Amino acid sequence: MNSPSFIQTEVLIIGGGVTGTALARDLALRGVACIVIEKDDINAGASGRNHGLLHSGARYVAGDRAAAIECRSEGEILKRVAAQAIQDTGGYFVAVEGDDERYIADFPTYCERAGIMARAVDVAAARALEPALSERAIAVFEVPDASIDPFRLSLESMAQARSLGARLMRRTRVTGFEREGRRIRAVRVRSRTDAEEVRIEAAQIVNAAGAWAREVALLAAAPIEMTYSKGTLLVTHTRLASRVVNRLRSPANADIMMPGGTVSIVGTTSTQVDTLDNIHPTTSEADLIVEEAARMLPALATMRFIRAYSGVRPLVGSAGVADGRAVSRGYALFDHEDQGLDNLVTITGGKLTTCRLMAERAADLVCRRLGVTRACLTATTPLPVDPDTGWTEPGRGPREWMHFHGPEDTLLCECEMVSGSAVDAICAALRATGDTPTLTDIGLRSRVGKGACQGAFCSVRTVAHLYQRGDFQARCGVNEIIDFLGERWRGQHAVLWGEQLAQAELMEALHCGLFEEDLLGAPNVDSAGEKSP
Amino acid sequence: MTRAKQDSCDVAIIGAGMAGMAAALFAAERGLSCILVGNGGSLLFASGLLDLLGVHPVAERRRWRLPYDALVALAREEPLHPLARINAVSIRSAFQSFVAALGAAGLRYAPLGERNRNVLTSIGTIKATHGVPISMIAGADLLDALDARPSCLLVDFRGLREFSAAQIAATLGDRWPRLRHQRIEFPGYEAAAELYAAHLARALETGKTRERTIALVKPLLGDARAVGLPAVLGLARAGEVHAAFEAGLGVPVFEIPTMPTSVPGLRLLAALEAAVSARGVRRRHHATVRALAFDGEGGTATLALDGAAGGVRARAVVLATGRFTGRGLTADRRQIRESILGIPVHQPGSREFWHQRDFLDASGHAINRAGLLVDEAWRPLDAGGEPFWPRLYAVGSILAHQDWMREKCGSGLAISTAWAAMQHVARQLRGTAAG
Repeated sequence: MNSPSFIQTEVLIIGGGVTGTALARDLALRGVACIVIEKDDINAGASGRNHGLLHSGARYVAGDRAAAIECRSEGEILKRVAAQAIQDTGGYFVAVEGDDERYIADFPTYCERAGIMARAVDVAAARALEPALSERAIAVFEVPDASIDPFRLSLESMAQARSLGARLMRRTRVTGFEREGRRIRAVRVRSRTDAEEVRIEAAQIVNAAGAWAREVALLAAAPIEMTYSKGTLLVTHTRLASRVVNRLRSPANADIMMPGGTVSIVGTTSTQVDTLDNIHPTTSEADLIVEEAARMLPALATMRFIRAYSGVRPLVGSAGVADGRAVSRGYALFDHEDQGLDNLVTITGGKLTTCRLMAERAADLVCRRLGVTRACLTATTPLPVDPDTGWTEPGRGPREWMHFHGPEDTLLCECEMVSGSAVDAICAALRATGDTPTLTDIGLRSRVGKGACQGAFCSVRTVAHLYQRGDFQARCGVNEIIDFLGERWRGQHAVLWGEQLAQAELMEALHCGLFEEDLLGAPNVDSAGEKSP
Repeated sequence: MTRAKQDSCDVAIIGAGMAGMAAALFAAERGLSCILVGNGGSLLFASGLLDLLGVHPVAERRRWRLPYDALVALAREEPLHPLARINAVSIRSAFQSFVAALGAAGLRYAPLGERNRNVLTSIGTIKATHGVPISMIAGADLLDALDARPSCLLVDFRGLREFSAAQIAATLGDRWPRLRHQRIEFPGYEAAAELYAAHLARALETGKTRERTIALVKPLLGDARAVGLPAVLGLARAGEVHAAFEAGLGVPVFEIPTMPTSVPGLRLLAALEAAVSARGVRRRHHATVRALAFDGEGGTATLALDGAAGGVRARAVVLATGRFTGRGLTADRRQIRESILGIPVHQPGSREFWHQRDFLDASGHAINRAGLLVDEAWRPLDAGGEPFWPRLYAVGSILAHQDWMREKCGSGLAISTAWAAMQHVARQLRGTAAG
């Protein structure tokens, strides 16, 4: 009987989102060997489908002071150690006519109690600095909110972890746990490309699978209680404000507009969902966001949106709570010892802003079990800048293109100015770790497909480039284009009106009208076949 | 308001894309005086291929080798489809007349025949179409004879970003083992990182560049029985450039259509402009219609224009304004509108139903079947189901009950509906005294 191939490590981390990658870095910095397995790619879940907001904590001051304080202190730490991934834009909290006067009046006191700097700003002065604010604004406070690029954060965390010996296995999912008494002896995993299962033996296993943590824990027969809250966000065509703009009220729908490079990101919604399948933005969510956010930022009513996306918040505990917002945004750390397991940890829930802290707490528990006494270093050690992973930054493509593109270099994506050399660098970095680059991988690691054309043109140029480099062979290119545009489409269909509708029509004219991607694999029926032969 | 600058005509055509150009050609051929408003911008996205009807029904993704058989099935199963309402004789006449006009303007197409032909695309897929430019026909002939495993060389140029011969050869490799590829430097552009198809096309119209390019390709021929190149073989003098390549290389040479804005699209635009101009069609380039007013049932229409001096008075008006890309239709979050007159648009109940969640969903996106409803004379209908105005017509992709991108019938729709509507325009205008 063939025994499956087998890998040994100290810690196996399940999930390559912001928590899992931060944990890999934390452990690697403490000298602990680890492997991250990720069923899809870095930040494929909620880690890559959020506002990109580094909370000052002010949003939670009234309802959840502990979370507010955590956000404040973590925000301060990340601004110091991961500055390259953060734009310290500052934020406004803005109330408009009709908003709860009591909340407005109490807000500065709440902030003070949580130690958050909130400065009242004259409404006219605020509107002079952020002209998109409604003339019906009645109160504005300035807080130290900032914008953070979660992709850069995770990619660079993983890059440093790897440089210290950690390993990432993408497109690999858990298929089962082998239990022996109070221990998980091995975790069986399978990659999307290999038919064969691999057994991973690890002294400790951390379930950092985000919204999928419940499924993973169930596989280990150590169930945890979790609910799912779907949130949808919209991406504007141009950037509407330079700061984070929050609605000054008790947290509700469409309260936040983030600056995200050349665009703004508006959201969110909160809908309880039962499964993680088929998560996509809907037209009614898009309408709700536009209509609600326009009360604070009227230009949104006529704004062109290029995209929408949905993520699922993993909320711990409290099954049956109707509104996900009433459930704590705090994280949860399970040691599973009362379920009879001594080497499984689950870390889930929480927020992007607190991902480092969540990793620290999980790593502390794991290290205690392993007898490792070295303390956490991530609060003080700067995250090294990795030149190969900085292509998610919106400004980098244009900047480098203007300053020093080589004589042979070409622009593959004209909306976001992604050059052939940037794609080459991304491919080289993927190959260096044994990965075969796909168009979707490149999209995740760069701005390809993120501009107004949503991939209609740059996908074709990038695929041609990859064939020319020898990265693509046989028929894979067409399928790569179809997969990539399909993924882009899931984020587009809810916001197709106005200009973006014309853009979508052009995409279909090109990819269906001319390239006939819709007919791949369609039977070539000879019309004579249904008549006489 | 000055009336002095107003021009009068029998028929004003709004929109200078494929449908508007075709309508102008056919109007002129019928002896109607015609003013064409618009700048032909959407033709920049044309591929140069003239689809008639390739797929029916969309949901079954059924491809047809014989488009006129497909039209019979379409007429039977989707009687509301614009192409289902035109008889085959008219469609043949429309295509013949259209292609003849292009030929007279220097853009030659292969004889239309009965079949759809297969052509290679720049991403290595195979597309079926009806009207194939002469410069691409050798490729279609090779695809017909794939069983004989013809040896063929594809050549591309370093720096032409959206075209990789390696990609096409790799994609088709399992079906076409003797398809080779080579990349060369485009003569005179060795220092350029990025090449643009239109620049190359113009450069190949100079004899020297052409000779140098042919000289670079010739040693690569080997046993190739044909050579495929990206569609850059000349613009206005494309016929001459193509012939020179075939003569110089001694084998059939074919172009492969590229992503828009493409050279074949530019050629089509130029040929149509020449053809309508040769027939005395007056143009209002770069003008958009600000207002369209009708004075009474039997009267005239007055078009107020932006971006052009003076208005236009016409006895009949044809809307050929296209869909969303062409700006004939516009949509906000709640509904789709006809842009100029607010003519009711047949559309799904709400935005939720406009698009499928999968881009390539086999049933197609419902929004693509939205559009104007017309009567038997191609006149758009008002909310009461009556003609919006007795001599207002609509042609091309703005019409409802079709999905040209999935049915592969864009040119067929434009040309055939223009032809059919112009029959009615001519008949109706003959029945009334000239204005």
